[in-house]
Amino acid sequence: MNPDDRKYTREHEWVVSEAGADTVLVGITHYAQDQLGDVVYVELPAVGDAVGYLAKMGEIESVKAVSDLFSPVSGRVTEVNGRLAQEPELVNNDPFGDGWMLRVSMSNPAELDSLLDAASYEEYIGQL
Amino acid sequence: MTTDLSPAENLRTTLYDTHVAAGARMVPFGGWDMPVQYQGTIAEVEAVRQAAGIFDVSHMGRLNISGPNAAGLLDILLTGSASDLRVGRARYCFICNERGGVIDDTIFYRLSDDEFLLIPNAGNRAVVVLWFDRQLAQHYDGRGVQITDRTMATGLIAVQGPQAAGIVDGLLEDFSPGARLARNPGREPQPSLLRPYTWGRGHIDGRRIFIGRTGYTGEDGFELAVQSSDAAFIWGRLTQAGATPCGLGARDVLRLEAGLPLHGHELADTITPIEAGLSRFVRRDGGFNGADVLDHQRVYGTPRQLVGLTMPGRSAPRAGYDVLADGAVVGTVSSGSYSPTLERCIAMAFVDAAYSEPGTALQVDIRGRAADVTTTELPFYRRAA
Repeated sequence: MNPDDRKYTREHEWVVSEAGADTVLVGITHYAQDQLGDVVYVELPAVGDAVGYLAKMGEIESVKAVSDLFSPVSGRVTEVNGRLAQEPELVNNDPFGDGWMLRVSMSNPAELDSLLDAASYEEYIGQL
Repeated sequence: MTTDLSPAENLRTTLYDTHVAAGARMVPFGGWDMPVQYQGTIAEVEAVRQAAGIFDVSHMGRLNISGPNAAGLLDILLTGSASDLRVGRARYCFICNERGGVIDDTIFYRLSDDEFLLIPNAGNRAVVVLWFDRQLAQHYDGRGVQITDRTMATGLIAVQGPQAAGIVDGLLEDFSPGARLARNPGREPQPSLLRPYTWGRGHIDGRRIFIGRTGYTGEDGFELAVQSSDAAFIWGRLTQAGATPCGLGARDVLRLEAGLPLHGHELADTITPIEAGLSRFVRRDGGFNGADVLDHQRVYGTPRQLVGLTMPGRSAPRAGYDVLADGAVVGTVSSGSYSPTLERCIAMAFVDAAYSEPGTALQVDIRGRAADVTTTELPFYRRAA
């Protein structure tokens, strides 16, 4: 269920490297969207903002609760998924695809090595 | 009489396995494991507003209160009159302490001259039973009232929405009302002829049903009490007839849109019904616990008042957030959510009475950001007549 091509945080974000670029895409996992329920609002940094490794990068709000979002890597935001403003339900319907949140230019790619792979993340959520 | 005081583990309703098999997500609530959602809260809210939804509300209590002193005891314990309530009818009111604080809010049904069915909230059932026992000892020397906790022996299913009446009419056989029905020249008695806050009895495929025209969603609807062992079957018949299974997430949004209070949020033993704007459910002739305080508050007002708040956007004020006027704290949010029906954020809050006038511009501190809100009358949503 969790794609093998990317890394995961214990806060349920994913990060995937883009072929031929030093940028990554960032989003939240299926498990996270399922726990949240219907997403109604996503607050994200702006293009050009810095994000920090496992530091708060925004907030996600469902009908019943609000949660912090954490960046899996440090770097600079190069693009924000503008569709989420009008269609926050993309996070529920396609968390690993159209529901992506940020494109980030990494400042320290070695950070990826410290994140969980799909199998470890699977094991981690199995214990929650 | 027995009741669970402090169960080591959460209780499960008789429909627990049905919820899990249907893929519902279960969460703890009021000492029970309950479904918070099936398909998704927004879709479930829409189903109830536009068609029909069903809710497992078996976590709420079912207390049978009977005996020659039952009406007399309830008159002392409830803000609504029991002895004035005719057989076949039901009433919403409060169980108050001597300070006028709300121990619980409840709907009670008069089954016969000396028998009532009272529905306390899930998390308050044990407290209510203890309170009733103590008050019975104090006022009637412990005599003339039997309190029987029927919660675990029965299931309770709410069917709510504009199509609820059609669904229960189609399923219920040999329906007999507890009180006179709405005018029905030439028609067989059926549940859709029940007036609001009345009840009847019938069968679904030979299984006994108690049905009240009550609910907690702001829509037309019914609540069905059944034998515990029949609940899963009845639930199945209702879903086959087109009712959408709904969880507590949808229930909370629906009741908030309809401006209905939730104990622990808009009501508590430190909050009076007058503060919560619910004086219409408090009788004026006194004689019940807390009457003096509530009469005084009705006449002279209260320092704080419950108001509705609305704001554009989707980032909602949540319970516990501060309400601000010119940067100073003037109140606290009691419940808040994005409203899928109204497509904006809504909240209820207790504010200093000086700021309670509808149309007052205030702010809510949403995690450090002062968001503009406007006070408004409740409810936020009222169904078309």
